[in-house]
Formats: sequence, structure tokens, C-alpha cells
Amino acid sequence: MSASTQRTALTLGLLVGIALLLVLVMERMTEPLVARSRAQTLERELAAVLPAPDPARTGDADRWVPDASPDEPDEPDAPRWIERRWLDGRLEAMALSVVAPDGYSGDIELLVGVRADGTLSGVRVLEHRETPGLGDDIERHRSDWITEFDGLSLHTVPARDWAVRRQGGRFDAFTGATITPQAVVGAVHRALRWVERHADALSRAPPP
Amino acid sequence: MSTVPSTVPSAEPVRSHPPQASQSSARWRTTMMDGLWHRNAALVQLLGLCPLLAVSHSLVNALALGLATLVTLLVSNTLIAALGRHLHDAIRLPAQVLVIATAVTLIERAMLAGLPALHASLGVFLPLIVTNCLILGRAEAFARRAPIADAAIDALATGTGFAAVLGLLGALRELIGRGTVLGDASALLGEAASGLELRLFAADQALLLALLPPGAFIVLGLLLAAVRAPASLRPRKARPPARSTEPDRPVSPSVPRP
Repeated sequence: MSASTQRTALTLGLLVGIALLLVLVMERMTEPLVARSRAQTLERELAAVLPAPDPARTGDADRWVPDASPDEPDEPDAPRWIERRWLDGRLEAMALSVVAPDGYSGDIELLVGVRADGTLSGVRVLEHRETPGLGDDIERHRSDWITEFDGLSLHTVPARDWAVRRQGGRFDAFTGATITPQAVVGAVHRALRWVERHADALSRAPPP
Repeated sequence: MSTVPSTVPSAEPVRSHPPQASQSSARWRTTMMDGLWHRNAALVQLLGLCPLLAVSHSLVNALALGLATLVTLLVSNTLIAALGRHLHDAIRLPAQVLVIATAVTLIERAMLAGLPALHASLGVFLPLIVTNCLILGRAEAFARRAPIADAAIDALATGTGFAAVLGLLGALRELIGRGTVLGDASALLGEAASGLELRLFAADQALLLALLPPGAFIVLGLLLAAVRAPASLRPRKARPPARSTEPDRPVSPSVPRP
């Protein structure tokens, strides 16, 4: 390897090193701010998917992280955590943090709100990387599509209808994007079935 | 998604060397006027139109992307001019892309931390500034062979020209499509900006088409026509001859590109 080639490689390596350092320092510096704004977004979306609280009565809330249960050791559908809202010691509603792994580009993070009776109180997308202009109509501020779930339950919608219309279901797809809405519909359906399977564990109040 | 603009830097009409002769202030003035008007990136060179059309549905969005592009351009032009001849041809392009990508990553992170709503609203088009051919084009065609001051002035002028057209397009589309100016300021910039919001007429009298993607093309087309009309109406003889120092430089926005 000639000296000039070595120098060239060194220059590029040095530039890459400086660039990495700058990006890392920036990430570190902004971490608290980013974490705070993420938390704010989560609070807002939680309020959006859960039913409006009764102003006359004060409820209670806890966040439950389901561990792999002994009877179902590795359950792929398990939500990452569940925000449960209690009223007079009884489960009133919950919000499940679930991931749709089968989006068009990467995971779609969802928040699924379910009342104690198993009906959906709301669904919102927390994060996704779907195609802008095609798949991003799952965002609430871009279209009403995601509100289609409100009020549905496993009792009112039979299992084979939990799909977009093109695949024989009852949900609309977007022009030019079928995979994205199908992924969301599938994830919501799996969340509801998970809630049904774990109804007992979910309604057991946490130890005080 | 074809977000990579079709114009490669080499296809750009060459302004290969910053004018060598004459005083630097005159040279800077030429660079300034070229970037702002005579060779305006959006109006004349028609570069970087993908983000231009995608985020120009509101003035706040458009100006934010325009400013981010301006800062990226300033950083990349200045650094690349400073690196100048230290860069061997073999690593020139990788190094330029690295500089641009780093600048954009830092800007994106800063916006995520400071203005998360605006960051979410710009979405993928903020990181996609990296692929804006306008920026690599200025680095390749101008900055790498120019003095640092010239490169910085070129970046300021080109970036301001681009941001201004982006802002104008955003303002027009928002006004026609929603009847407001800066209507989403408080949603995107925080409550403090709510005083900027201006509603000129009711939303139900607005033309929704202007907000939709076809509206972007239509408004930009009308804008281009309006800018070029005066010059094309002028009789041909009235045009001043091209300067001898730069024979291939279009004299005014009315001259079509080859």
C-alpha cells in the first residue's frame, strides 16, 4: 500500500471518527429533553385511547409488565406493558403497548385501549416508519382511519373479519398501501385476543 | 419511493470556478445574486423539488425545512471548502456525503429535542435533506474549489433563495387550501407562537386541492410561470449579452435550461 493511499484512508477514517463523536455527543446532550417529550407524547396518547375518566370519581392506575407466564413460556403477542385503570377496586379500562412487527418498513408501535368489557376504546400509533403519503394515514392527525376501531370487540367482529377488505375483512385499506393497515388490524386483533385469554390475571388488582 | 432527486450534480450547468479575477466584493455580489435569484435553486435550476413539494403544505413546515436545508448547506459548503484539496479524489464524494449526513443528523436530533411536534410533522423529509441534490451539487460544483468565504456566501445565498421559494410556496398553499397563514404555529412551535396565527377567511371557502400533492405541482407551476413571464414577454433583443467570463451562465430566469 503506497503512502498516499495510506494517507487517504487515514483522512477518511479521521473524518468518520469526528462525525461519530459529534453525533454521540449530541445524542448524550439531548437525551433528557427527548425522553421528556416522549413521556409527554405517551401521556397524551394514553388519554386519547382510554375512555374519558369520570370527573366525579377518582380512580387509580398502575402499569403492569406481564412476565412470560409458566403455561405460555414465550408468547409473541404479549404486550410490552399494560396501563390499567381501576375504579373502586375494579378494572375499568386498560391501554396495551403492542408492536405490529409486519409493517411495510419495520415495527409499528401501537397503543390499544380496551374497556373492561372487551370493547376497544381507542387505538393510536406511537411510532412507525411507513411510507410517507401512503402508509402514514394510520396517524390520527392525517386521517380518521384509526378511529374505525372504536367500540369494536371480539363479540361484534368475527375472527375472519379482522383484516382489510382486500383480504376478505371489514377494514378499509389505503390507496396504494395494504400492508400497513393490515399490520395494524392484525396487531389490534391479537391484542384483543390476548386480553381475552388473560382476563383473570388482568382483573386481579395489584397488591396494595 | 423515489426520493433521490433525478438531477445529478454533474448535470448541472457548470459554474466550475468561482470567478478568479476582480475584487472579491464584486465576486461575492455575483455569487449572492446568483444564489438568490439568477440561478435560484428552486425556480431556475429546479433542484430539490421532492422535499419542496412534500412539506410545503403549510408555511411553518416549509420554512422549517428551508432553514434546515440552509444550515446544512452552510455547514457542508464551509467544511468542504476548508477541506478543499486535502481530499484525494478517491474519497472526495464519500467525505462530502459524510459531512452532509453528519450535519443533517445533528440538526434532526436538535429539532427532536427542542421542537418535537415540528420534527414529527416534517417526518422523513428532514433526514432526507441528505439526499437533496442541491447540497451535494453546491459542494461538488462550487465549494470544493472555492475559498472558504466564497463557499459560505454561496451557501447563504443559495440556501436563502431555496428557503424563500419554499416559504412562498408554503404560504400560498396554506392560504389557498386553509385560509390561514402560520395557522399551525402553536401546534408545531408551542403555545408561545399562537400569536402568529392569522386566519384570512373561513376554511369552508378554501380550496382543499392546494393542500394535496397535485396542488403542490400546480402552485409551483403557476409560481414558475409568474416568475418567468416578464422576461419572456420582453423582446428578445433587449436581453443583455452573456458575460464573457462565464459564457454558459443563464442571464436571467427566463432562459430555459438545455
